[in-house]
Amino acid sequence: MSTLHKLTVHEVSDLLARGECSSEEFVHHLINMITVTDLQVQAYLDVDSARAMTDAQAADKARAAGDKRPLLGVPIAVKAVLNVAGWPCNCGSKILQGYLSPYDATAIARLRQQGAVIVGQTNMDEFAMGSSTENSAYQVTKNPWNIKCVPGGSSGGSAAAVASHEAIAALGTDTGGSIRQPASFCGCVGLKPSYGRVSRYGLVAYASSLDQIGPITKDVRDAALLLQAIAGVDPMDSSSVDKLVPDYLSALTPDLKGMKLGLPKEYFIEGLDPEIDRAVKAAVDQCRQLGAEIVEVSLPHTQYAIATYYVIATAEASANLARFDGVRYGARVEGEDPIDMYGKTRAAGFGTEVKRRIILGTYVLSSGYYDAYYLRAQKVRTLIRNDFVKAFEKVDAILTPVAPTAAYRIGEKTADPLQMYLGDIFTVTANLAGICGISVPCGFTSSKLPVGLQVLGPAFKEENILRVAHAYEQATEWHKMVPDTCCNV
Amino acid sequence: MSQSYSQNAEKIDVRYVAHLARLHLSDEETKQFQPQLEHILGYVHQLSELNVDGVEPTAQAFPLNNVLRRDEVRPSMDRDKALANAPVERQGQFVVPKIIE
Repeated sequence: MSTLHKLTVHEVSDLLARGECSSEEFVHHLINMITVTDLQVQAYLDVDSARAMTDAQAADKARAAGDKRPLLGVPIAVKAVLNVAGWPCNCGSKILQGYLSPYDATAIARLRQQGAVIVGQTNMDEFAMGSSTENSAYQVTKNPWNIKCVPGGSSGGSAAAVASHEAIAALGTDTGGSIRQPASFCGCVGLKPSYGRVSRYGLVAYASSLDQIGPITKDVRDAALLLQAIAGVDPMDSSSVDKLVPDYLSALTPDLKGMKLGLPKEYFIEGLDPEIDRAVKAAVDQCRQLGAEIVEVSLPHTQYAIATYYVIATAEASANLARFDGVRYGARVEGEDPIDMYGKTRAAGFGTEVKRRIILGTYVLSSGYYDAYYLRAQKVRTLIRNDFVKAFEKVDAILTPVAPTAAYRIGEKTADPLQMYLGDIFTVTANLAGICGISVPCGFTSSKLPVGLQVLGPAFKEENILRVAHAYEQATEWHKMVPDTCCNV
Repeated sequence: MSQSYSQNAEKIDVRYVAHLARLHLSDEETKQFQPQLEHILGYVHQLSELNVDGVEPTAQAFPLNNVLRRDEVRPSMDRDKALANAPVERQGQFVVPKIIE
């Protein structure tokens, strides 16, 4: 019983199918592990043991009646930006303290349709704005590999929960790298689907032209399984795309024969930690040995991606967060008139980084600056997108680092917002271009912090990046490493 | 990844923009944001180096046109549920401060 929490989704699924353990026993064990480990890691904001146990019992009953769905009875954690009926959805913000979701997000509903048991909600940067989870109004999540370091962000709670085996798998969201970067910092797998692949209905919006929901898991097979469950068009999200969802598991092969992989020189630049450079280049060699042909590609507008991203994302955020005004939900601070009430409510409810981004976004959209900033950024976005369209004419996927450094110390980058933003240089491009990307563990630094390999694929070609990441992962041992913070009783 | 663009920093009236955003800022916040935002805008200024003549803007990566549904009545969230999270609610409605004198 003791190491059950270290299993992957597909292993748990097999275990339950063989009848060696019930979902009720499994979920009970996992919740015990959370109780111990989370004292240190602080990945979860809420765990609903009672609901999880009830759902697990229902799953066991369904199984006894012949139900064979692959996620039946498997516990999954979700980022606190996704609405789960009856639960809080505080988005790491004080302004949503006390809010209870009236409905399930489509991604949650689809996990439930596959029989999954939702166990709890994980910590995050407030409204997904941040790269370290230090912007949560509630707690500072620790990196399971070194509790003095950040887990990355904004889905840092989900990544830390999976890495410390407090979760079998989790959902995160990725607007500029918020799934891939924490997955890389914590040594897990994180997949950002193509724009339109997964419905965002019930996801609290940050930047609507960039946001996507995706899985953070212990291995690539699990990422494929969870994507399979949540992908597909949804009438409740008119930006979801009506394209056939392929069978992702059948894309997983032991080798990479016949695949052409691109290496963009713009992602191997000054400022890239030499240890990361070495780990990623070694991973590229491994892919070559697995049969892939490696060719150089160019993504010439990469250097403009951070500037473009922070104009577009903050502009959209300033509009999306206008809804938090103390009228319909969340906290309210009374004022003399509505305008005064809005201003006071928002002053009390939002944290520093959210305020900074709202002001930046309002500024770039304001009269006299719109053309110079917002419209120009949208045009540069076209150039960045075209870079990828051109590159993918030559290759099936692109290999890059996920971030220029491994996890840094808590508090190290909070004083200088621009320095923090620059860490997103290798991940924001996929969101701007609408393409898919995955982070897969590819080594450790000398101070024993995980390093991630990013595999980028053309839009709606998740099967390409899953295939590359899976073959690489299975040829290496990195994904099997377990941090000391993981409860080993 | 250089910071060499800062010399082009734009002056930003933080208090005015905060007012546009309906966000009250403390004096300390205004003082803290001023140089930070100018630093960020200075960095963003590098976008002006690029020639974007004739380039169409991208509003979203895969624009879908005319996503339609049948114009028919469907069940929506009931009122009690919609009001359940209201900070102040009376007679089935959201209460706000007086708007008209």
